[in-house]
Amino acid sequence: MPIIEIVFYLFSGIATLAALGVITSRNPVYSVLFLVLAFFSSACIWLLLEAEFLAIVLVLVYVGAVMVLFLFVVMMLDINLTKLKSGFASYLPVGFMVAAAMAAQLLILIWARGAGTQVLEYGDTAGSNTRLLGELLYTHYLYPFEIAGFVLLVAIVAAISLTHRRRPETKYQDPSRQVKVKRGERVRLVPMDAEKED
Amino acid sequence: MILSDLQLALPEIFVAAMACVVLVADLFITEQRRGLTHTLALLTLVFAAIITLRVMVPVGDSVLAFSETFVRDRFGDIIKLFAYLVLAGVFVYAKHFLRVAGLFKGEFYSLSLFALLGVMIMVSAANLVTVYLGLELLALSSYALVAIDRDSASGSEAAMKYFILGSLASGILLYGMSLVYGATGTLQLGEISQALAGGMSDNLMLSFGLAFMVVGIAFKLGAVPFHMWLPDVYQGAPAAVTLLISSLPKLGYLALAIRLLADGMGNMHADWQAMLAVLAALSLILGNVVAIAQSNIKRMLAYSTISHVGFILLGILAASPAGYASAMFYTIVYAMMSAGAFAVMILLSGNGIEAENLDDFKGLAKRSPWYALMMLMIMFSLAGIPVFVGFFAKWQVIAAAIQAGFVGLAVLAVITAVIGAFYYLRVVKLMYFDEPESTAPVTAPIDFRAVLSVNGLAMLGLGIFSGGLIGVCVRAFG
Repeated sequence: MPIIEIVFYLFSGIATLAALGVITSRNPVYSVLFLVLAFFSSACIWLLLEAEFLAIVLVLVYVGAVMVLFLFVVMMLDINLTKLKSGFASYLPVGFMVAAAMAAQLLILIWARGAGTQVLEYGDTAGSNTRLLGELLYTHYLYPFEIAGFVLLVAIVAAISLTHRRRPETKYQDPSRQVKVKRGERVRLVPMDAEKED
Repeated sequence: MILSDLQLALPEIFVAAMACVVLVADLFITEQRRGLTHTLALLTLVFAAIITLRVMVPVGDSVLAFSETFVRDRFGDIIKLFAYLVLAGVFVYAKHFLRVAGLFKGEFYSLSLFALLGVMIMVSAANLVTVYLGLELLALSSYALVAIDRDSASGSEAAMKYFILGSLASGILLYGMSLVYGATGTLQLGEISQALAGGMSDNLMLSFGLAFMVVGIAFKLGAVPFHMWLPDVYQGAPAAVTLLISSLPKLGYLALAIRLLADGMGNMHADWQAMLAVLAALSLILGNVVAIAQSNIKRMLAYSTISHVGFILLGILAASPAGYASAMFYTIVYAMMSAGAFAVMILLSGNGIEAENLDDFKGLAKRSPWYALMMLMIMFSLAGIPVFVGFFAKWQVIAAAIQAGFVGLAVLAVITAVIGAFYYLRVVKLMYFDEPESTAPVTAPIDFRAVLSVNGLAMLGLGIFSGGLIGVCVRAFG
């Protein structure tokens, strides 16, 4: 079995196990960490296919941004702070495991490349990966690309319309009303009898 | 070349632009003048129809554009025109309800227009990517619309269920698409069809891909056993939104099924016919039988939707132009009937309380004979009683299934239709033979009444002159 296949099966195996971990672990923080591992393994498979740009974007966007956000939300949801803090040490082993697996994957990848394996050829490799993707995206897939923009717009509209509201109990400043305030609204004159000095 | 592409996609571009205009314009419209948003949205639909009619492609012809990701043909044009019509009706019906329920907001209109855009994109898709993006656009807009009443617990619950099961369905569909892509090496529906013609149909990967795609479509349509979300979503959503999601998306999902199964996987029809046959049979039985036990009209109509989905699948599984045409005719007619039925429900709702229970229909004939008559026509049409258009829709579909050799399924369809007639006629009985519980007059704005009257009378008119619309549908696949 050529090395490239071994590496592929290894990464897909880790990705599958990590995906299983996401749905089987009871602790949401573990789930998120497993999801990170699953994304990372998929990125490694993409690297094997010489799709460097996609692999890097997957790591940067999903692992770097989306999953960190997820982790924040998951941790914020747990209101019991002491419980959260006490659990910190117990997350450490899993965190280390995920990190070690990711590091090992990187090393294997470098080793597989370095071992002089012929990586599979996919289409026209002249010009960089990113450039080819960009060219396709803005010419051949222009129409789907524009639709994807609208899908994102709808997501924004939906999110704002569902969450943005003016709560009656919140206190907020209205500068125009502050400026337009009249004397009568601020000062109340109370008629009082003058006091006489005895 | 790109200019002619743009001209072909002009309806989509126009609706997309106007959805954004409505979105922004609404910010500058005050609460009291919200009617302007409504008018703007209606005008959008009118002009979209004009633009669509202006550059129709000839019958039997199809023109590809945008590197073959977009297709313009007669089937798509007709579905789009009816989508405008149905959405216009929904807007008029919904306005009254939204005002009363305190939900009269601009987002309803912009999200509905985006949902329409999703339907249009799906209808004109010639590529798996376009199909999926259109579907997601429609689905995302629908999820948000279901949750539009943020203070309603049942609305949020329905939206959550809809969102989770809907995303699951999208994921399954996408998985099927990726398997098909892996097997054929192309995303182009036309090229997939050619690849299959080259004798790949015994490919295991393709069979799996097809099975996943069928499951995804069944989920979206709400066919048994993938129907669990449908009654809960219909019941939980505000009536105006139920009205929308029970009518407009059905047109899009029909196009989804026809584009994927007929245009793309047409050469594997023997495989998907068997799958659809099971789905159709289960939907017909479960939909009609369970609907009898419902006391909530929204749930009853939801189960009735499931049974009608069974009929639509019956037309598709004939896998012939006549079958597709009958499914198309059925879906168009169903969208109108469903909109009408929910409109009467909205009519009876008042003071923010939805007339959800069947008992609310008691003695409607005494309170308002005209609306009772409209509801009677819609119910007769849904039940498939002759002269009304629903009968011809059922007849066409069953005829197509028999022609394709599914005689047993056709017999089952007839039997379940008779069972289903019971709960439609029960509504008629409640309206005409029971005493009203409240004597409050039934009131609605003039535009609501006018559209409802046209909708009700159309059930009779389209039934008597059913040849015209059937001819249009048959020519769409000519």
